[in-house]
Amino acid sequence: MDISFQINGTLRSVDVDENTPLLWVVRDVIGLKGTKFGCGKAACGACTLHVDGEAVRSCSYAVKYAEGKNITTIEGLGDADNPHPVQQAWMEEVVPQCGYCQPGFMMATAAMLDKTPNPTDEDIDANIVNVCRCATYYRMRKAIHRAAELHTANAQNS
Amino acid sequence: MKKTLLPILSIMLLIGSVSIGFGYSEKEGEELSRSSVNELPQQEQNESLAAFNTMMKVLTHKRCVNCHPAGDRPHQGEDSHVHNFGVRRGPDNHGVAALRCETCHQEENNEFSGVPGAPEWSLAPLSMAWEGLNRIEIAKSIMNPAINGGRSLEETVKHLTEHELVLWAWEPGVDADGTPREKPPVPKEKYIAAVKKWAETGAHIPTE
Ligand code: FES
Ligand code: FES
Repeated sequence: MDISFQINGTLRSVDVDENTPLLWVVRDVIGLKGTKFGCGKAACGACTLHVDGEAVRSCSYAVKYAEGKNITTIEGLGDADNPHPVQQAWMEEVVPQCGYCQPGFMMATAAMLDKTPNPTDEDIDANIVNVCRCATYYRMRKAIHRAAELHTANAQNS
Repeated sequence: MKKTLLPILSIMLLIGSVSIGFGYSEKEGEELSRSSVNELPQQEQNESLAAFNTMMKVLTHKRCVNCHPAGDRPHQGEDSHVHNFGVRRGPDNHGVAALRCETCHQEENNEFSGVPGAPEWSLAPLSMAWEGLNRIEIAKSIMNPAINGGRSLEETVKHLTEHELVLWAWEPGVDADGTPREKPPVPKEKYIAAVKKWAETGAHIPTE
């Protein structure tokens, strides 16, 4: 079945089984490997990306639901020259250890900051429930607060 | 097909309220006492109570109550444990900014991940909490427009018998281990017939 959507600003059409998890379409059909497979059960958050600006766990999202939507993956969040505040903060705080879980955390954080620009620790606990096997949670919390500062500063400057 | 039932149901309810004299419309939101049930012809009374019993076997089942919690945490599973991952109700009953119900739950069950899904997957509002209530309290809550979302009896019947999220209980899919979820103890068609019968016979709620 042909399914069309925007991904990181580019219109793409894929011919796949409509119930294929979006994760596998993004990784194996489109070739964007930043979005990770952790559990396949919507339990770890490694596969988090945005669909129309909302955090979605793509391992549990049939590609048919993406028809006509806007998808953003970690590759589309920002780049080396123009990093998203979350990516900038992650670099400043040197958050990753092995790095495997980090794209999912960054996408969840970016989705949270869009609606909750100044999250408290409690907001972070309620919103960011992904799993990091390397336990980088302490640095992530610092980076999330830093990202909120950058995000607010960017909004004021724009 | 569904659309033709409602006018018929409305007429039946109207006839019921005129001939019996205590239709729900005349005693809005008020519990009907056992004495008023006793005014019904015996056979109709038996049918009404039997329909109530059948309906409530479903509405007290975990497939319903797990998402009608008394607090801000959904429940899940056959043991109705608090939803994993610290999932919360949020301001619109759909979760919080980056952890929405729709972050994981879509419009259909996902047979790969075991994540259940149906249209409008969300928690019932806190005013419609059923957790900890007995079947009579649940029925009173369903019939009270002040807390049931302003629904009339007709709208309540429609919600209970047609809404895809309610009927999901009979198509609950498999869990993360691939084990089929338990369905309510009454077949769907029998439940739908019971809700309609209960409404047609005055939507009485027994006192015990
Ligand atoms: S891989 Fe999707 S949540 Fe774990
Ligand atoms: S950095 Fe290794 S899993 Fe999170």
